[in-house]
Amino acid sequence: MRIDWNQYQPSGFYDELFAAPGKARPSAAQLADYLASLGARELADRQADAERAIVEMGITFTVYTEGQNIDRAWPFDVIPRTIEAAEWARIESGLIQRLKALNCFIDDLYHDRRVIKDGVVPDDIIATSVNFLEACVGGRPPYGVWANICGTDLVRDRDGTVYVLEDNLRVPSGVSYMLENRMVTKQVFPEMFEHASILPVDDYASQLLDMLSSLSPRKVDFPRVVVLTPGIYNSAYFEHSYLAQRMGVDLVEGQDLCVADDECVYMRTIRGLERVDVIYRRVNDTFMDPEAFDTSSVLGVPGLMRAWRAGNVALANAPGSGVADDKVVYAYVPKIIEYYLGEKAILPNVPTLLLRDDDDRKRVLSDLSQWVVKPANESGGYGMLIGPRATAEEKAAMAAAVEANPRNYIAQPVLALSTAPTLVQGEIEPRHLDLRPFILQGRGVWVTPGGLTRVALRRGSLVVNSSQGGGSKDTWIVAVKP
Amino acid sequence: MSLLSRVAERIYWTARYLERAETTSRLARVYGNLLLDLPREAGLSWGVLVQITGGGDVYRALHPSPSVDTAERFFVADRDNPSSVRSSLAFARESVRTTRDIVPSEAFRSINELCLWVTQELDAETSHRRRYGIHSRVVERCQQISGMLADTMSHDAAYQFFRLGRGIERADMTTRIIDVAATMLVGREDLARFDNSLWMAVLQSLSAYQMYRQKVRRRIWGPDVIAYLLKDTQFPRAIAFSSREIGAALAMLPRSGDPIKKLGDLRRMLALRNLGELSIADLHAWIDDAQLKLNELHALVAATWFRPSTTTAPAQTPVAAQSQEQTPSQSQSQSVTADVGDKVLTVSS
Repeated sequence: MRIDWNQYQPSGFYDELFAAPGKARPSAAQLADYLASLGARELADRQADAERAIVEMGITFTVYTEGQNIDRAWPFDVIPRTIEAAEWARIESGLIQRLKALNCFIDDLYHDRRVIKDGVVPDDIIATSVNFLEACVGGRPPYGVWANICGTDLVRDRDGTVYVLEDNLRVPSGVSYMLENRMVTKQVFPEMFEHASILPVDDYASQLLDMLSSLSPRKVDFPRVVVLTPGIYNSAYFEHSYLAQRMGVDLVEGQDLCVADDECVYMRTIRGLERVDVIYRRVNDTFMDPEAFDTSSVLGVPGLMRAWRAGNVALANAPGSGVADDKVVYAYVPKIIEYYLGEKAILPNVPTLLLRDDDDRKRVLSDLSQWVVKPANESGGYGMLIGPRATAEEKAAMAAAVEANPRNYIAQPVLALSTAPTLVQGEIEPRHLDLRPFILQGRGVWVTPGGLTRVALRRGSLVVNSSQGGGSKDTWIVAVKP
Repeated sequence: MSLLSRVAERIYWTARYLERAETTSRLARVYGNLLLDLPREAGLSWGVLVQITGGGDVYRALHPSPSVDTAERFFVADRDNPSSVRSSLAFARESVRTTRDIVPSEAFRSINELCLWVTQELDAETSHRRRYGIHSRVVERCQQISGMLADTMSHDAAYQFFRLGRGIERADMTTRIIDVAATMLVGREDLARFDNSLWMAVLQSLSAYQMYRQKVRRRIWGPDVIAYLLKDTQFPRAIAFSSREIGAALAMLPRSGDPIKKLGDLRRMLALRNLGELSIADLHAWIDDAQLKLNELHALVAATWFRPSTTTAPAQTPVAAQSQEQTPSQSQSQSVTADVGDKVLTVSS
């Protein structure tokens, strides 16, 4: 039986695929026809095919609390999310602009601090940032670029405006799922790829390797690049190994590396020690080097910061990059863009109140149910309060936390996140989603065509994180013929 | 590109566990058949198998009141028996999961799939007939994986560790299987008339029956079978063949002097004449000794390649020595050449 899109009701939200019931947007027209012709039962079969492929391909993510069985299959929705190529071009230029400016900002903070002297960003915000690392002051990463790999979260509000929700500059994850989602989708909807012009995404690993190689301190033709993982218990382990495999480089753990007395980094191989030039590290800043950060971390490599400061090894992202990935700093990004690039921000920020400001704090705390409150330095959706959904106890707890440490919190209005049709237990229903494109900056800047679309599988939920009941979709940048 | 010590170790264990799962399944399949052939009063049971494959203590701890059923389950499905088919596959999967960047993704996928399937099948209450099917599939899949690796993986150092692990495990398992048969026959004159069935079963458990028949053209006779399984240099599961495989893998690895020397001990043992005609007691002693040599070889392999080197002084390594002499452009170009050479391998893999 054909799927009747007139039955699909996005109920007041901006829907990515449908402008109105039965009326597909241009980027989704071909897809909607195709899905309709498949019919509901066939679509459910393809969803089952996709799920089987995911289990067999071993695409997993890890949840900390699952005990013995640490793997979970990656939850995937078979209906892709589409974006028109023309709109994407604008988003892409906005992402490039933003990352360039943020890298100027980080480099400035660790050297002249002009941005503070000129009064663009208040001193105390940086002084109290836990992600500002004293050990990085004066550091000189190649091209003055600190955040080489960035995953920016985008959301769309009811009126269709695309906002930047977060800049993830520390160890953003998800790109492997973007790549695997495409592989799975090609397997289950091969017909679509024959007929529509959908931008390919599988170039990522080559782009990443080129960018990383360009950071090598030794100017050799083939510098040794490695991916440093915290190990199999990390939720993104699958991705670490996937990327290493795709780039054809070694996946190492802290124990595999050492810093010798020449202040160079070596890895332990069956031939003995061998020099390492570039480390794509997926270990958090302060776990990287127990010597520099005085931790008992066994994930890191003692002396790694010494080797980095001596310019003997490149770290991507550079340590200390997280200072720009702070939700308080986030509020200043439009000004930061203007300050360094002399341009208006192409992609707007979500309006953000800093709760360090007394008036704003009073305003937010007087009615928490209207706001989303976020801690400045958490990721993965942890520690966040969604006002309209929160219980009285949760609100009271958040109010107390804010009063105790106002600098650490921001508030944003509740956005009406856009939706897309999603297959939920055999029915097609609207579900909220976001988008995480990945941006690479070395000598130049490159953006993935599309990104990882994350979808909140629970009805009405706004939380898309996979650790909290989120799933994902393939993302198609579609060239629409006029 | 040089292989990480940690990765070398995991690949080695992946091979060992896959081989162990396969051989255990073969053994269970053939032994199950044999039990059906022999009369009840022969007094053979799964218990004998459990004991001889080296799990006696674990078994008694897990199953205080043993029965046919618990013994078979122990051998095949028990999570708490580290050598059961299920555990071996789970270990193989775990090892290969942490070397996914080195092992071809099809091979990871097959191991993952097999492990999931076996777990699912074993969790369901299974009939004897069904279990036979499980074993057949495990054997078939393990062979497929091994062939897949041989055909899709560069035969580089990583592959040599796979070959090494498989060779050592195979030699070890073959000694155990011979031991099972020999031990069953000790002091059992009454079993003499089943002698033929028993040795045939042994050959079948190693898929050796057909090859044996081609080579040894007379009726099946214990001493012939033993000599064949120990000394044949052409049959892959014979110990002499495995030791050649091990030797070939070692020869392709750097710094392999000590392990090669140790392998020589095993080869000298295999060179003894009349091995097939040893008394059961002497054979048993010989097997113990051979297993000891294999263990020592394993320990040397681990000491040579797996233990992270404790010395961090780079002057002892050629690469570091180069980078310290920062003088002429000559040293720079040397390291470039080396890197180019390494990377060409990487790209083609």
